[in-house]
Amino acid sequence: MNTETRQEQFHSSSLVGKLLRKLHIDIPLLAGLLLLSALSLTVLYSAGNQNMAILTKQLIRMAIAFGFMIVLAHINPQQFQRHSTLLYGLGIFLLIAVLLMGDIGKGAQRWLNLGFFRFQPSEMIKITTPMMVARYLADHPLPPRLKQIGFAAILIFLPTLLIAKQPDLGTAILVASSGAAVLFFAGLSWRLLLATIAFLASLTPILWYFMRDYQRKRVMTLLDPEADPLGAGYHIIQSKIAIGSGGISGKGWLGSTQSKLDFLPESSTDFIFAVFAEEFGLSGCAGLLLLYLLIITRSLYIAVQAQDSYSRLLAGSLTFTFFVYIFVNIGMVIGILPVVGVPLPLISYGGTSMVTLLGGFGILMSIHTHRKFLPT
Amino acid sequence: MSSVYSVKDSHTENKIFLSRIVAIFIFIVTLIIVLLARLIYLQVVGHEHYASLAKNNRIKLVPVPPTRGIIYDRKGRILAENLPSYSLELIPEQVPDLDKTLSRLKQLLDISEEKIAQFRRQYKQKRRFNSTPLLLKMNDEQVAKFAVVRHSFPGVDIHAGLIRHYPYSEITSHVVGYVGRINVKELKRLPEAEYRGTHHVGKTGIEKSYETQLHGKTGFAEIETNAQGRFINTLDTIAPQPGSDLYLSLDIDLQKTAYDALDIYNGVVTAIDIETGGVLVFVSKPGFDANQFVSGISTANYRALQNSDARPLFNRALRGLYPPGSTIKPFIGLAGLEYQIIKPQTSTFCPGYYQLPNLSHKYRDWKRWGHGAVNLKDAITQSCDVYFYDLAFNLGIDNIHDFLQQFGFNKKTNIDLVGEKKGLIPSRKWKKKVKNESWYHGETLITGIGQGFTQVTALQLAKATATLASQGKIVQPHLVSQIASDNVPRSVKQPNSDTIPLQPENINQVIDAMINVVHGTRGTAKRISKGLDYQIAGKTGTAQVFSVKQDERYSEAEIAFKLRDHALFIAFAPADRPKIAIAVIAENGGHGSSVAAPIAAKVIKQYLSKPAIK
Repeated sequence: MNTETRQEQFHSSSLVGKLLRKLHIDIPLLAGLLLLSALSLTVLYSAGNQNMAILTKQLIRMAIAFGFMIVLAHINPQQFQRHSTLLYGLGIFLLIAVLLMGDIGKGAQRWLNLGFFRFQPSEMIKITTPMMVARYLADHPLPPRLKQIGFAAILIFLPTLLIAKQPDLGTAILVASSGAAVLFFAGLSWRLLLATIAFLASLTPILWYFMRDYQRKRVMTLLDPEADPLGAGYHIIQSKIAIGSGGISGKGWLGSTQSKLDFLPESSTDFIFAVFAEEFGLSGCAGLLLLYLLIITRSLYIAVQAQDSYSRLLAGSLTFTFFVYIFVNIGMVIGILPVVGVPLPLISYGGTSMVTLLGGFGILMSIHTHRKFLPT
Repeated sequence: MSSVYSVKDSHTENKIFLSRIVAIFIFIVTLIIVLLARLIYLQVVGHEHYASLAKNNRIKLVPVPPTRGIIYDRKGRILAENLPSYSLELIPEQVPDLDKTLSRLKQLLDISEEKIAQFRRQYKQKRRFNSTPLLLKMNDEQVAKFAVVRHSFPGVDIHAGLIRHYPYSEITSHVVGYVGRINVKELKRLPEAEYRGTHHVGKTGIEKSYETQLHGKTGFAEIETNAQGRFINTLDTIAPQPGSDLYLSLDIDLQKTAYDALDIYNGVVTAIDIETGGVLVFVSKPGFDANQFVSGISTANYRALQNSDARPLFNRALRGLYPPGSTIKPFIGLAGLEYQIIKPQTSTFCPGYYQLPNLSHKYRDWKRWGHGAVNLKDAITQSCDVYFYDLAFNLGIDNIHDFLQQFGFNKKTNIDLVGEKKGLIPSRKWKKKVKNESWYHGETLITGIGQGFTQVTALQLAKATATLASQGKIVQPHLVSQIASDNVPRSVKQPNSDTIPLQPENINQVIDAMINVVHGTRGTAKRISKGLDYQIAGKTGTAQVFSVKQDERYSEAEIAFKLRDHALFIAFAPADRPKIAIAVIAENGGHGSSVAAPIAAKVIKQYLSKPAIK
């Protein structure tokens, strides 16, 4: 059980390496994440009209988020497993609290005012939902049986519905997919998976019925943005012009014109990819996607290396959620998905999602660096 | 902890998990390829198309501000309108060297340093790509000068727009109010989307109180601009919805008459149409040139207005608190009748002073040698103080407080203007609460003649007078009578008003006495009765100016003037079929009879000489 000493033998003996091991840091992941952060600051400087205040603010948030990551990396995954139910229950409780008495921010009830700071329970639930589902499934034989799948589905739907009611479609999608990913990794049969997808597809008309007007409009806009160029289609048309005009090599750093002349809305937050694409072109975009893919690959490797069911399910799910972020955001900006409020992970301006995302990577590092030594 | 199977099946589990990881990896790579494919489509295949869209056809969504509603008086004469004007606006984002550009413009167009400083403050609050005005009102010379060299000023352009104009400026400055540039505080409060293209917002008066109705709805235009962001072509528009026009009950002729009649005095004239509650006259003198504020008043001019002893920026009609003086007496008299403290014929002997039982202090009457034996009618007609000292003492302060409150004193009239003051009628409870002192009888006495703690606004006096004239039916003063959107005027519904339960014979006793004030041989306002073919019921008042504020400085001659009493007069006419109620306060006017009453008479005369308009 003396893991510390064993790890010392197991890992590189260089001084920096030793220190990072002590900190439970995974070097390849850290390198990738730092590179992303540097890119983020670079693009933000341009998108924010070279406003240093914005940059400083983001830098402070990054420091906090990386700190949070290191803290989580220190905690033994067994602790996560043990407290999954409690954390999940707390998250659900806070979600209900937010619905009942939450502050109204941006027209939707997402924030809980704790006096000294405002807290968004739906962010916490993005991590605690896969934790809960992983814990529940890991307690039973895998692959899960129908009964367990059913119960797991309830565990997923409860927070999803609570968030969708806020209404925050983007986060609801992320929470649902993080839970579904756990089920998938646990060995949900392909047949059942396809049946579920077919079933959900058949639900689309019903979903349409329940959608709010602005959400319907976004979907309609995606199908035909030119139909409403002054209204809902404006975002998509403008971001397509920005991206397309970037070409292969881009207009160069600080060279974007579309976002700066106020053609592109939300250019620092949800639509920052358009600025990136305009300035760095296709080559830059391919580079960014490659960096994302490298981080994902390393994370999946960590999942494979994980030594118990809970850890690998959670690691797999966290990685998949990271990808969903990327895909939903870029898909929206390049006009193949409807406009949903999901930021580009670790690039967009804003602190909340960054803390959650780096928290997830902290858990991944914890899983990787707390492995018990195995004889080869 | 974990079930027995988990260990047993770990091999299968591992195998499944590994296959799933591979599957998800393939899935992720596939979707990334989809993203890449789309990016290639946009950035390689569509590049030329989008690049030309970006370069040559910059399509921009610009807000089109709505036209602000026009304000009319009751006969459709314009009190606030929009005149075409040219403004010089900068888009800081597109100006290569802001400092240099500003100094060049300053020299070319002779712009004051102050305007430049103002612009710098403004543009800091705005986003860099938003157009910010440097000059709001360009004269013809400036327009011509700039037009010639326009090409050498990228990001600077002349905008044709509308600017608010008040044709009666000074006379209506406190009722219509004015619009001014939106400041930082307002920027936070106003709905951002609605005010995107709007530079001005109502700051005072009707302009502020009816901001929502006057403003309208912002429209949008999709415009094409060239590479420097200059306008080329409008592609599509969502038309703005103009603000609603307002029709006031105000009569600008009467307003002007009242303003001029105040002559050398500062003060207030408010008149109400008794039947509808519509405010006919709302004068606070001195006024100020409201048009100055629209295009941005200079600091020097503003300071001059603020530091002026006459306090022209102070809305006396709405916020000026005055002791009512003897104008309160008809209401105290009515209270005496209603509480059955006195009967109309009850007489009191006035030796020229009044003493409380067992106290030596003498409360003086304005007439040194006294009025002799007076009943209610005499006391109101001659404004006998001793009669009302006695009556007030017998009524007690709390009865006075409760009764006056029914007439709308000690509370806001709820006229449709923001910022109204509620005044004060003292009571035992009030004094205990605010001053933590018990009430003295002497204070009751001076309350009975409208002095002491009592403070009222001219509007409250006019409202109370109108209420008295309509036999206790509470008259609700208001300014806006109709709101017209899309040229369809709709009347503003007034809430049904209550009636104060009063004995008609008591009211008529008081009104009779008030008629006698004007038409009786010993009436304090008998001077104005000459040549009238109808009767006016009125009451004069003189309010003592107790102290001069410590921080104010006057020359010797001015001190004497400033210490003169305020002259007050309330009236309604015609006495038998009341149409108009009026309250006049002439600051430092000396006596109500000689200064305030003639002003009221002039307004009443002019109003009644024309066929009344409904």
